[in-house]
Amino acid sequence: MSLSNDDRYALYHYMRLSRAIEDGAWALAGQGRMVGRLYTGHGQEAIPVGCATALAADDVMAPMYRDMGAHLVRGMEPWEIFAQYMGKRGSSNAGKDSGLHMGDMKRGIIGMISVLPDSLPVAVGVALAFRLRDEARVAMTFFGEGSTSTGAWHEAVNMAAVLDVPLVMICENNGWALSTPAEREFRGATIAERASAYGIAGARVDGNDVEAVHRTAREAVERARSGGGPTLIECVTMRMRGHSIIDPAEYVPPEQLAAWAVRDPIDRLRERLVADGLWDDGREAAMLAEHKGIVDAAIDRAAAMEDPHPQDVYEGVFASDGQTTDTATSDGSTTTGAGA
Amino acid sequence: MSHVISYLEAIREAMRQAMRDDERVFLIGEDIATYGGVYKVTDGFLDEFGPRRVIDTPIAENAIIGAATGAALVGMRPIAEIQFADFIASGFDPLVNMTSTIHYRWGQPVPLVVRAPAGATWASAGPFHSQSPEAWFAQVPGLKVVMPATPADAKGLLTAAIRDPNPVIFLEQKYLYRRLKGEVPEGEHVVPLGVARIARAGTDATVIAYGTMAHKAELAAQLLADEDDIAIEVVDLRTIVPWDRAAVLASVAKTGRALVVYEAHRTAGFGAEICATIAEEAFAQLDAPVGRLAGLDTPVPAHPAMEAEYLPDEHKIAAALRELVAF
Repeated sequence: MSLSNDDRYALYHYMRLSRAIEDGAWALAGQGRMVGRLYTGHGQEAIPVGCATALAADDVMAPMYRDMGAHLVRGMEPWEIFAQYMGKRGSSNAGKDSGLHMGDMKRGIIGMISVLPDSLPVAVGVALAFRLRDEARVAMTFFGEGSTSTGAWHEAVNMAAVLDVPLVMICENNGWALSTPAEREFRGATIAERASAYGIAGARVDGNDVEAVHRTAREAVERARSGGGPTLIECVTMRMRGHSIIDPAEYVPPEQLAAWAVRDPIDRLRERLVADGLWDDGREAAMLAEHKGIVDAAIDRAAAMEDPHPQDVYEGVFASDGQTTDTATSDGSTTTGAGA
Repeated sequence: MSHVISYLEAIREAMRQAMRDDERVFLIGEDIATYGGVYKVTDGFLDEFGPRRVIDTPIAENAIIGAATGAALVGMRPIAEIQFADFIASGFDPLVNMTSTIHYRWGQPVPLVVRAPAGATWASAGPFHSQSPEAWFAQVPGLKVVMPATPADAKGLLTAAIRDPNPVIFLEQKYLYRRLKGEVPEGEHVVPLGVARIARAGTDATVIAYGTMAHKAELAAQLLADEDDIAIEVVDLRTIVPWDRAAVLASVAKTGRALVVYEAHRTAGFGAEICATIAEEAFAQLDAPVGRLAGLDTPVPAHPAMEAEYLPDEHKIAAALRELVAF
């Protein structure tokens, strides 16, 4: 499974754009223009990008709040993300929820909740439905190493294994569950080694090597699609900022950050592209300028959108008859926004 | 055309009909396939519908409810069975945080039914097989909660629940499963969620109840009719969310007296909400303080002597009604 030049450019583009959007959001939050708190995936961009690009258009994923790139790969537009960040009425959550809790079944995106491991059982059910209907579709779910300490995580992995569903489970082991280091979350050497205990395939990959992540995810997706059952992938990375924007993360040893800073996933791919004669300073400058333009335009477009009305709070607690449940293969008739 | 079947058979009939009519409907839960469920509600379903539509899972209530939610998001109509309503606590988190909030947060319907046998058996089932957890879920916006009291309603409300585009907690009364038989329409039978049933008409006082307690209230009303010549109206709520405020207030306006009966623990039980609503909305029409009879604020004990002390029954309801009418 070799990657074409275009594939590699795409991986680079999505990682770079993820960071540009999150840098833009960081500034926006500093200006007090965000609704809710900002959580970013600085330093882990390779994982959502490498994994989401392994999916087909009608597959379904349940990403988490560090997975900006996965949203972009699935077709989420930067202005939609900023509209969400600003809690605009026409955003995915219409101001009723915040952050990357965006759901859109037309794009095969399940909206996460703050209880991160709860996405796993849901993804098991998505994959189960695909299998029951004999559809060659795959579900993918993302979570941190902290999630693996919960009962929901164990229940879901075990059920995925027992029901043998087409599911790929992506653990982003970034070393820290808020302030708790991984060694205080689990005693085993790795998350990936748990796979054998569940009787499923497992893999451990350098989470800052987007090409390695992508290849590993693609193998797992193809295994799932061909009836080979679920896979647990541990992507080893590092959270380069605090848990959220208000967390200075003084508990993280500076030498740990320094060790990982030189393994930045964006820098690493760029260096490889340069070494392969596929990239140079001119192209880099052009991409940075392009992304700055995208982010600026997205922020302007989102800022101009209507804010929610106080009365919107009452809308949408229940679905009404006639609303469809739809999937990524839909004709677009499904409802996407949470607005009335 | 109707036939006389048990409460349990009525539930079975609703599910079988739904599965024959709609291939999106499937069952998922513990011991429901080969074993047919601990109460045998799904007995025979594996033979008729096969292992793809009748799915045994590991013991994992959180994952059962989460997986049913995921399947619902991609176009299925899952019916999840939680073996006992008490065990739904192990799947509480997805219901409260994930399933119930999806439509509000991003507009996607979650058509899902969680069935669970609830309530006391009056046969020493003890603290972990006797609870009535409807109030836990009544506090959660986005969940509907149903507690049928008759075989016809069990069938009609379950059919409505399966067709509803929202997550519905369907609390079956295990006490009534085989004990209660009644006329049930054959073929399609739908009872809309949120419409109360006047189980018995009367003029002297209103009992508001649901599930097994509606059945007990009817027995109490009969006692008072026979022994005291008192005409009690029994309003069976049928559904807790949404609940039929208008029917309750109309009945209270007619009788001027209200007794709310529920089997769950008294404090902060759903009946407290009914009492508060009557006090707020119908104060001027009341001829007596709103009465309340409920389970005790203790775990549901196993020994029959203590279980009987815990549970409201027709005699306790009748006594409370006599006091209410004499006020």
